Amino acid sequence: MTNCPTLIVTVGLPARGKTYISKKLTRYLNWIGVPTKEFNVGQYRRECVKIYKSFEFFRPDNEEGLKIRKQCASAALNDVRQYLTEEGGQVAVFDATNTTRERRETIMRFADQNGFKVFFVESVCEDPDVIAENIVQVKLGSPDYRHCNTEQAVEDFMKRIKCYENSYEPLDEVLDRELSFIKIIDVGRRYLVNRVLDHIQSRIVYYLMNIHITPRSIYLCRHGESDLNVKGRIGGDSGLSSRGKAFACCLAKFIHAQDIPDLKVWTSQMKRTIQTAEALGVPYEQWKALNEIDAGVCEELMYEEIQQRHPLEFALRDQDKYRYRYPKGESYEDLVQRLEPVIMELERQENILVICHQAVMRCLLAYFLDKTAEELPYLKCPLHTVLKLTPVAYGCKVESIFLKVEAVNTHRERPEVRNTHTHTGYCSCEFPRPVCAPRCHYMVRACVMEHNGERSSLQPNFLLRNKPSQEMARLVFLHAQDA
Amino acid sequence: MKDVSPKSFLASVPQFTNSPTMIVLVGLPARGKTYISKKLTRYLNWIGVPTKVFNVGQYRREAVRSYSNFEFFRPDNEEAMKIRKACALSALKDVSAYFTQDHGQVAVFDATNTTRERREVILSFAKEYGYKVFFVESICDDPEIIAENIKQVKLSSPDYVNCDKDEAVADFLKRIECYKVTYVPLDDDCDRNLSYIKIFNVGSRYLVNRVQDHIQSRIVYYLMNIHVTPRTIYLCRHGESDLNLLGRIGGDSGLSSRGNKFAAALGKYIRSQCIPDLKIWTSHMKRTIQTAEAVGVPYEQWKALNEIDAGVCEEMTYEEIQEHYPEEFALRDQDKYRYRYPKGESYEDLVHRLEPVIMELERQENVLVVCHQAVMRCLLAYFLDKSADELPYLKCPLHTVLKLTPVAYGCKVESVFLNVEAVNTHRDRPVVSVNTHAQTHTETGLW
Repeated sequence: MTNCPTLIVTVGLPARGKTYISKKLTRYLNWIGVPTKEFNVGQYRRECVKIYKSFEFFRPDNEEGLKIRKQCASAALNDVRQYLTEEGGQVAVFDATNTTRERRETIMRFADQNGFKVFFVESVCEDPDVIAENIVQVKLGSPDYRHCNTEQAVEDFMKRIKCYENSYEPLDEVLDRELSFIKIIDVGRRYLVNRVLDHIQSRIVYYLMNIHITPRSIYLCRHGESDLNVKGRIGGDSGLSSRGKAFACCLAKFIHAQDIPDLKVWTSQMKRTIQTAEALGVPYEQWKALNEIDAGVCEELMYEEIQQRHPLEFALRDQDKYRYRYPKGESYEDLVQRLEPVIMELERQENILVICHQAVMRCLLAYFLDKTAEELPYLKCPLHTVLKLTPVAYGCKVESIFLKVEAVNTHRERPEVRNTHTHTGYCSCEFPRPVCAPRCHYMVRACVMEHNGERSSLQPNFLLRNKPSQEMARLVFLHAQDA
Repeated sequence: MKDVSPKSFLASVPQFTNSPTMIVLVGLPARGKTYISKKLTRYLNWIGVPTKVFNVGQYRREAVRSYSNFEFFRPDNEEAMKIRKACALSALKDVSAYFTQDHGQVAVFDATNTTRERREVILSFAKEYGYKVFFVESICDDPEIIAENIKQVKLSSPDYVNCDKDEAVADFLKRIECYKVTYVPLDDDCDRNLSYIKIFNVGSRYLVNRVQDHIQSRIVYYLMNIHVTPRTIYLCRHGESDLNLLGRIGGDSGLSSRGNKFAAALGKYIRSQCIPDLKIWTSHMKRTIQTAEAVGVPYEQWKALNEIDAGVCEEMTYEEIQEHYPEEFALRDQDKYRYRYPKGESYEDLVHRLEPVIMELERQENVLVVCHQAVMRCLLAYFLDKSADELPYLKCPLHTVLKLTPVAYGCKVESVFLNVEAVNTHRDRPVVSVNTHAQTHTETGLW
């Protein structure tokens, strides 16, 4: 739902969480399917000035320093332009202090010239505890302070902040009333939101207003082994096998031992997750959105049966497992869309255990660990294993705990050799540019199929369920029954 | 292990509300408080959060049968002040009853609440009973917006039923002046521990302070997405489909020849309406896409607009369902809103999946949504404030476009039949539905 690319510009003194916000927002936007990239000007500066000496570099009267910093900003903007105009990016996050009106005006001129929308995200914070914690979490480990001890680093960094303070011009309600921005005050206690222009900015604001930095842990696991798992069948709504029940008991013991304050427990609305949660003996909430991916016509089949009865579908799925949608079912891409409210609420919550399913867990994990759509469907989420995620610095620490109850392996690796189907065809189609990529049908207007050397044209207005990848555009599998 | 199969009537999302919440409006007259109150209430009820508006002005009209003029609102009118305070307290009492006896979850307290003193009264009341409080303040100094407000909703108010237009406007402006004297807006400093959103100039700017929980977060998101720019929403179903003709539900068939005729007629109708910047949305199913194709402008596809999934009953006829699943058939008639088809969905699930569509519809301006019977019922229920009980029986016939125009506090509806015949797929609410085996019905319509 985006037309012109958007440039998100962070604003704020050092140690106000700008990079944290940039990275998190970028991760979220990519996960929901909006190609986003962050451009951290500090990194450009570290490329340019190989060795950081001290805060003196940032003194406002250090002309040499200022020149370099301005060049770095320009270099970063150049890369932004390339990303948004040539590399298919939709959102660029320009992560720097951008504390002067002059710098922001430069950015706006740049955006104007290139037809980008600008949305500012300012973080304002005067709580010394929060700033101190920031410094401990992310600054001490910065390449800039590799050779310093903690005290030296903290002292230098505080002086660095001082260098910015005098020339800091926060976004102003009156002077900047024509700009689009959100001001985040005191880590989310208060927000000022001005002139949200479009859908993506509205989603960004909603997301930023729901995240928090209170320490907490997220536990992800699948239901215990189910009867259908044991039979090697996918989907369905069966109960736990005896090993699955054993796992549920072990899970209860594990959770109890972890001694987690105010733990919330979520399950799907399928028997196997509910039965698993029941063993914990604590209240749990059920989300339909956490139900396993709907395999449509392949529900309750074994992979061998699918290969036999739906060989074309089987092959197509291996070609693009993320976007492939089961007939009358769902794709991983659909799953991500239906899991978005779950992620939003996970961000709001604190300690939480989510008991779900293989495909669902892959989607959630991909969000927390910033995995691409390519990697997502192949993430390893074995049965009877709990993943404990703890947010730390700019990312997430993962601990994997196998609860020592054996179970079948339901994981299928990415296939080495693509399955080919006997009916091959090529397509000289014009795929109309969908207005709302990538989640739609593709209307094939004219199609020619070549089979055994013979060409025949197919009925136009044929709907393809999946977005054609480059390869598919040249080599479309068209089976008469699927038309 | 106890039987924990999910009940057919389970809501699809956990209800994230524990203590009841009071939403307290703040603002001078003609700042859109009642508009916001009613719209927010309609939205919350639609997503399944029992919500009710308590408009203190209405209590005042009960107490003081005939309104003479603005003098009633003068800050030095002691008699009137007494009455106004009594009305506020009476409304608060009803809020309490709504929460404790009627299982309400959100109460919208719609009044000016412009003094700190009045807000303190409300806060003490809420604290005593353990209710959360979230303030919604509307601040506007654009004289054009205020004038438009007065025109849209004040002139027709019971207060001005016997006045001519100019008199009414003059009196109302003096009424506003009465409040201005004592108006203390929510203050960033003094009120920093309160939870609130301040809306400036109909949404160009927002200040949000201390959002406490999920429901407040959803309320803020909603308020930040609505607008008052005049626009029109067109709702219609796909043209008649091949499965419609066969009397079968669900599936993903293409249009029948009459359906194609409708698509062409729709194209003509839309073009004749000359709608600026019209957006067109369809589902991912062939029949809506084929319908939109005939209009000849770009359209966007939403999977969320797909028809309700009838699970094991997909592509069956009405008679087949009654034969193969007589119990399910009866259960559905008992509670059509919450009933979930085995391996399928309920209307309640539909509403949940349509929520992002509604949110985006609120952001948009002129839109045509080409969808399906159950989906259209859900969307219509949102716009026309229909209850969960009525929703599954709303009439949404094929080949008929509903044109919705927001006006005053609600929506004007025009129904436009495009003169292409189609089968009737509507099933009325059954009169008797007590036994486990379905009654035979004379209706030949479908689900």
